[in-house]
Amino acid sequence: MSKIFHVMYDDDAKVMAAASELVGQGVQVKDVFSPFPIHGIDPIIGIKRTRLAICSFMYAMTGTSLAILGMWYFMIQDWPMNIGGKPSFSLIENIPAFIPVTFEFSVLCGAHGMAITYLLRNGTLPGMPASNPDPRTTDDKFVVEISTDNNSMSADELEAAIRKTDLLEISIKDA
Amino acid sequence: MEFKFEGRLKRVTQVLMAIGATALVGGFLTDTSDHHQRWWANLLINGFFYFSMALAALFFYALQYATESGWSAVLKRWFEALWGFLPWGAAVIVVVLVAGKLHLHHLYHWMDHTLYHEYMVEAGDHVDYVDEMVEGAVLNPNYDHVIAGKAAYFGDAFFWLRTLVYIATFLIFARLFRKWSLQEDEAPSLDLHYKQFRRSALFLVFFAVFSSTLSWDWIMSIDTHWFSTLFGWYVFSGMWVSFMIFTNVSMIWMRSKGYFQEVSESHMHDLGKWMFAISMLWSYLWLSQFLLIWYSNIPEEVTYYMSRVLGDYKVPFLLMFFVNFAVPFYVLIARDAKRNPRFVIPVAILIFIAHFVDVYLLVIPGTMFDHNHFGFFEVGLFLGFLGLFMNRTFATLAKAPLLSKNHPMLQESMELHY
Repeated sequence: MSKIFHVMYDDDAKVMAAASELVGQGVQVKDVFSPFPIHGIDPIIGIKRTRLAICSFMYAMTGTSLAILGMWYFMIQDWPMNIGGKPSFSLIENIPAFIPVTFEFSVLCGAHGMAITYLLRNGTLPGMPASNPDPRTTDDKFVVEISTDNNSMSADELEAAIRKTDLLEISIKDA
Repeated sequence: MEFKFEGRLKRVTQVLMAIGATALVGGFLTDTSDHHQRWWANLLINGFFYFSMALAALFFYALQYATESGWSAVLKRWFEALWGFLPWGAAVIVVVLVAGKLHLHHLYHWMDHTLYHEYMVEAGDHVDYVDEMVEGAVLNPNYDHVIAGKAAYFGDAFFWLRTLVYIATFLIFARLFRKWSLQEDEAPSLDLHYKQFRRSALFLVFFAVFSSTLSWDWIMSIDTHWFSTLFGWYVFSGMWVSFMIFTNVSMIWMRSKGYFQEVSESHMHDLGKWMFAISMLWSYLWLSQFLLIWYSNIPEEVTYYMSRVLGDYKVPFLLMFFVNFAVPFYVLIARDAKRNPRFVIPVAILIFIAHFVDVYLLVIPGTMFDHNHFGFFEVGLFLGFLGLFMNRTFATLAKAPLLSKNHPMLQESMELHY
């Protein structure tokens, strides 16, 4: 039977200290719940770096392409426009006039795409069920989640190691 | 580790300076343009380019204090070192301006005093210029209504007052900041820190105005009929990014030689971010200035871009913009690229040269028109000034410990983590 430990701390520095100590003993930390981002916790508990930035770049490039394609169609192809007294009717010669819109549309697509991806990936879109183990982690408490599933230690060994850290409370559930 | 300015580094700067001196003499002798216009123009370009980098270091230093930024405390001495070139750059600019006033060259069209008077009276072997119709006066063919309207701004007293006030302000603040910084090493003093904080804020007020007006006075006035209200910010962003590039590459080199070990990967990442961000600021201002002038299409404004976008300078001008925008954008946007010298160094060298070309094209089209030459002289002078700039910077760097002591945010800076 596998067990899940939810260990609560009342300070982010204590979480950092406890996590490094546990990881130093070979414990795999599954996750940390915190009301705010804790700088430097990711490498300690072995969280891979986010690929959100790559997503954002791709969304923004999609925006850039769409904006240029759209303006080419509206202003050059479908209804050729005289832009700023320069009736060249060529995309490349009119490109300076299209830059502000292209920029804005890239930002729009990049930002919205990134925000929606982030919320989806975290399961925090409006209406989604909360997945944090204790509502107090949205206020001023921090919870470290450790499971026996991905640890080689037994439940008793894990609990002994966890109890040595500067914790506030601990809850042990059967998974 | 104690830094001493000696050995290979010193020899490299000396060789560069020797190349520059050769170019200076050789360029003057071989320059066939009227009044050695090309020689003087390049002197102004190089003097201003490197002066503005030292100035940007002063600005950035004050910005760190005024915003109470902790991350940069370990880099403090490096910024101070860059001020070593300030008096040299200022001297070059003043020499060019004085030579202009003495009519040794015609870089500044407005320095021709005959432009300002509507009438003239021929009196024997010379001509008297007068502002009103008097007995025997005829219309002055040189009279320029637009420039005459700027007479108050370009008047001798006001012009020299401005130039001297800019330079004096920068030199005095640089001297004071350096003095307090060395004082802080001797004994910790929060009072001193807050004094620096207040004086930095004061300096930024001056700098905000002067960075704009000095670029009008020294650079924009070359195209006397033309004006752009955005010009000051454009020049300012250019000097800022050049300074960031130089800082970034120097830090990579210094760290590889065992100096500045307190400067961590996170600091290098931050410097990379600055280089990236200010490149974007520069591109943004370039486009903002270009776009409005290009599409409003007002003859007195758009002439500036006719020679640059359609005329002789089309290729370097557009290529320079493309390099300065697209290369840092696409290469440095990724986190890992900003931390990897193999990406940072080639990009830095490329955009450093491209930003020099930017300053070059601020001056050359308005002074050499359609008979410019680019040759060994330009390259040699650029390298020579680079040597002088490095020489002064590293010599100043060697005068104080690389890591300042007792800066209240030193610990925070050393623990910078990203």
